[in-house]
Amino acid sequence: MFYRQAGDFKTTYREDIHTFPLRQDRIGYYILLAFAFLVVPFIINDYWASAVLLPFLIMSIAALGLNVLTGYCGQVSLGTAGFMAVGAYSCYKLMTAFPELSIIIVVLTSGVITALVGLLFGIPSLRIKGFYLAVATLAAQFFLVWLFNKVPWFYNNSASGQISAPVRDIAGVMVTGPEAQAWAKYLFCLVLVVVLAWLTRNLTRGRIGRSWMAIRDMDIAAEIIGVNPLKTKLSAFGVSSFLIGVSGALYFSVYLGAVEVGEVFGIQKSFLVLFMIIIGGLGSIFGSFAGAAFLVLMPVLLKNIMVAGLGWPTDIAAHIEFVIVGGLIIFFLIVEPHGLAQLWRLTKEKLLLWPFPH
Amino acid sequence: MKLAKLATIGAALAVASSVVSTAAVADLVFPSLSYRTGPYAVNGIPFADGYADYMTLVNERDGGIGGVKIKLIECETGYNTEKGVECYESTKGEGSLVYQPLSTGITYQLIPKATADGIPVHSMGYGRTSAANGKIFSHIFNYPANYWNGASLAINHILAENGDDIKGKKIALVYHNSAYGKEPIRTLEELAKKHGYTFTGIPVDHPGQEQKSQWLQIRRERPDYVLMWGWGVMNQVAIQEAANIRYPMDQFIGIWWSGSENDVLPTGDKANGYKALTFHGTGSDFPVYADIQKHVVDAGKAAGNGDQVGTVLYSRGMYAAMLAVEAARTAQEIHGATELTPAQMRDGMEALEMTEAKMAALGLPGFGPEFSVSCDNHGGPGLGAVQQWDAAAKKWTMVSDFGPSDMEVIQALIDEDSSAFAAENKIEERKCG
Amino acid sequence: MSANFLYTIEVILNGLMAGVMYSLVALGFVLIFKASGIFNYAQGVMALFAAMTLVGIQQGQVPFAHLINAAFGTKIHHFGWTVPALMAILLTLVVMILFAILVERIVLKHLVNQEPIILFMATIGLAYFMEGMGDLMWGSELKTLDIGLPSGGSLWLEEATVGWGAEGSGFYGLFIDKLDIVATGVALALVISLTLFSQYTKTGRALRAVADDHQAALSVGISLRKIWVIVWAIAGFVAMVAGIMWGAKSGVQFSLSLIALKALPVLILGGFTSIPGAIIGGLIIGVGEKLFEFSIGPMIGGATENWFAYVLALVFLIFRPQGLFGDKIIERV
Repeated sequence: MFYRQAGDFKTTYREDIHTFPLRQDRIGYYILLAFAFLVVPFIINDYWASAVLLPFLIMSIAALGLNVLTGYCGQVSLGTAGFMAVGAYSCYKLMTAFPELSIIIVVLTSGVITALVGLLFGIPSLRIKGFYLAVATLAAQFFLVWLFNKVPWFYNNSASGQISAPVRDIAGVMVTGPEAQAWAKYLFCLVLVVVLAWLTRNLTRGRIGRSWMAIRDMDIAAEIIGVNPLKTKLSAFGVSSFLIGVSGALYFSVYLGAVEVGEVFGIQKSFLVLFMIIIGGLGSIFGSFAGAAFLVLMPVLLKNIMVAGLGWPTDIAAHIEFVIVGGLIIFFLIVEPHGLAQLWRLTKEKLLLWPFPH
Repeated sequence: MKLAKLATIGAALAVASSVVSTAAVADLVFPSLSYRTGPYAVNGIPFADGYADYMTLVNERDGGIGGVKIKLIECETGYNTEKGVECYESTKGEGSLVYQPLSTGITYQLIPKATADGIPVHSMGYGRTSAANGKIFSHIFNYPANYWNGASLAINHILAENGDDIKGKKIALVYHNSAYGKEPIRTLEELAKKHGYTFTGIPVDHPGQEQKSQWLQIRRERPDYVLMWGWGVMNQVAIQEAANIRYPMDQFIGIWWSGSENDVLPTGDKANGYKALTFHGTGSDFPVYADIQKHVVDAGKAAGNGDQVGTVLYSRGMYAAMLAVEAARTAQEIHGATELTPAQMRDGMEALEMTEAKMAALGLPGFGPEFSVSCDNHGGPGLGAVQQWDAAAKKWTMVSDFGPSDMEVIQALIDEDSSAFAAENKIEERKCG
Repeated sequence: MSANFLYTIEVILNGLMAGVMYSLVALGFVLIFKASGIFNYAQGVMALFAAMTLVGIQQGQVPFAHLINAAFGTKIHHFGWTVPALMAILLTLVVMILFAILVERIVLKHLVNQEPIILFMATIGLAYFMEGMGDLMWGSELKTLDIGLPSGGSLWLEEATVGWGAEGSGFYGLFIDKLDIVATGVALALVISLTLFSQYTKTGRALRAVADDHQAALSVGISLRKIWVIVWAIAGFVAMVAGIMWGAKSGVQFSLSLIALKALPVLILGGFTSIPGAIIGGLIIGVGEKLFEFSIGPMIGGATENWFAYVLALVFLIFRPQGLFGDKIIERV
């Protein structure tokens, strides 16, 4: 009744290819953006930024990146955290080697460097498929982490082997370092998220995205109709690694500020990002965000309810948190195997008809 | 669906924020970032129990510090850096006086953050070693001993066993291949130059369940002494493998994080004689345990299962709590106030002085070394001792007194590393005294 | 013989033994993958859970003691009895069978005919669930596993071989851990009995039929659900064996669940669908990583084993994308 399609006419081709074809969706989207840009920065505090929004936004970029590779192009990868580490360490090296360089350029360049590394590790995908590829990308994961741990050049020979982000600002407003304000860090990440999501969305709707999906759905068939598997798979690896590299750079410089590679970019993080896109929905931009939200916010939410709200002992709460998150994953899969994105799609379809389902 | 989700999130936040606002201002707040879950839970549980029990004891027996009750906020990190950040942010607004981050990763996180927020951090026997330089790390404390002291203490112990001459001896270090494990390498290399032993480093990759290669190498090269910087499952496996190749256990010395009951028990009798460094006493032969039994355990107020009392890591948690309480007391004396701010707490930590008389009065005679903290030295004198595992009695016994480490070598390294940090982060040196 | 040559032999021998330990974990993966096409992420957690249950039962721990104590203010921890090792193993087996039934009832039943990645995801949910549940039931403290397995180097072998080395070469004799020898025996017994089971029993044949073709198996009247319960129960049993072998070394603790990571390269190398593949893959990985660490490791800083196993597997895959023993991939449009 309130959410409807009727009366929403398109009179030009441009209007017909909108990302959000329904006017109500569009308005909702703009309201959300306006809220994120105009309201949140004024009410945000350190807790919200560091515990909730920054990890959510940054992991969304990583999820977006992996979704390009796995969801759109069908190549399962478990090397995500390794590539995030490449982003983080490139960021660190660039920040310390060129202190004058703007942080925006540093972050984007880190993405480009990661993309190059990703291309290199993408080459085996031409021969290896499915779960075999997934485990093969683990080689990248373990090797990269080992490398960053082993070669002192990467952490500037510091005695501790940890990297810590120096203070950087954009137009006089600090975005990294301990003195940076919550709103500045948040806005910096938000801008990048919005721009990258917009880019990805349009990439996936265009020729490149369609060739990715052709390869995903059936690579041999795609090859026969003229999609070049080499170019397509490598482009997916490149774009995906770029996004993941950017998220790694942000994770290190803006969110954490100091990183030890084995702990922060270990194999667990690779799995976490994969969980995000499967729960959220493979091959869906919205799904990347939904999955990141689920796995970042859920534990914090559960912890706050059980420890702060109900006053349970922290260890029991932590164990129950695992049980609940695991249970919810299974529950969602049984209800809707194609992830939260599909659930959202179905909800919208039902809403279109509500309250007269026939 | 989305609305429902937002509503639940909103509800939870309302719950969370209401708790924050009801916290009584008058309490002395000590957060405890514990890890009772995750890969290192085995070690996290006793530490957290000891920390909590001592705080409870002070509340129950003495009615708090200087008449003000202690409020302990426990927050589960699972040894995970991101969760640690969440814990820090959620507790710092409640007037938290001092943080014990209890993980290398979280410590490095908090060093710049807590300094900016003006809250002191006490990383006791872990974290960034060069934070001992108080002129650069104004809010970070790592007394009474750090990893570089540990490395030197181990060498001193070997020196003492060999009549001060270890020229030509072979010393190997089995270490966790991470920032933590690599800490002692520089110091051991410097000391090798000084004392003329040969040094080999043997890394073990995380998590360290498979160490065949490493121990076969040790079996081949037969070093005279093996040192270990291990953590988690790596400790148990290393001690087991050392026993398997019949390496003489009394020539195998672990850092304090490789020297708890948990590490030796799985190996059983064969672990007998294994040594570990320590910077505090162990065992339940101290008068304070009677108090803990009476006021905490018997009163049903023990943290966790209450079955960890008297273990090494429990003692360490209790020791950390005791130092925190004493620092708070010192702060109260300096500022003539009973309610403290983090800044005042920091002053208290910087002026902390542990004497034998003080420890005896607390029911912990000879439990830790005597030391004092100063403006330029946040690391204390770096005293430590060696303890040895007695498998038959299932307990650790001290085999040396708290002895000094080679500060001549270490101080130079500390100054070098801390000034590099200061240069990278553009920190001005504080004036001291 | 030169000492270096003997050392190489020692490294190879120990690599083979380590490989067997990896194979034990990999076997569980293969069983489930063969019968249901599921890549069971929870296999490592199952090993942990089984080992925890075993120790818990053996020492008479009260399940959920911590939770009960926190909720009711009681102080119970132990029943006060200990159960003999064999009995405890049998009881643990019962628990694992119950677990298999529950998994089938609650999870798999609803996910028949879904894509592999969805099923994979479901096992991830399962892994989270069991991780929390295991800790809730038995607590996360370190537990010492003692069912009377031998440990330590084999003295007999050392004495028999010590004369091989040249005079003054400092050769000690070959080293092999007795626990590893037991593990090898157990792994052999497992593989033989699993092969016999699948060749000569009715259930076993049904199992193979399901592995070949779900639809065809259904149409000749094989109950898919029953088969799944059986397969998960067997995988639970294999997980328990792996948990015992690994737990004997390090004590039972959370890290036990990470042994799954050591099994993954074994799986890709041997192929997800082959039981002998799991064994041979394990041996190749074991020897490969130990030899690499022995010969090249010291030159590039050591601790290479984790990534080298994967790189080795990757090199094999480039030449044989379906693993050494995997079913040939036939692609048609």
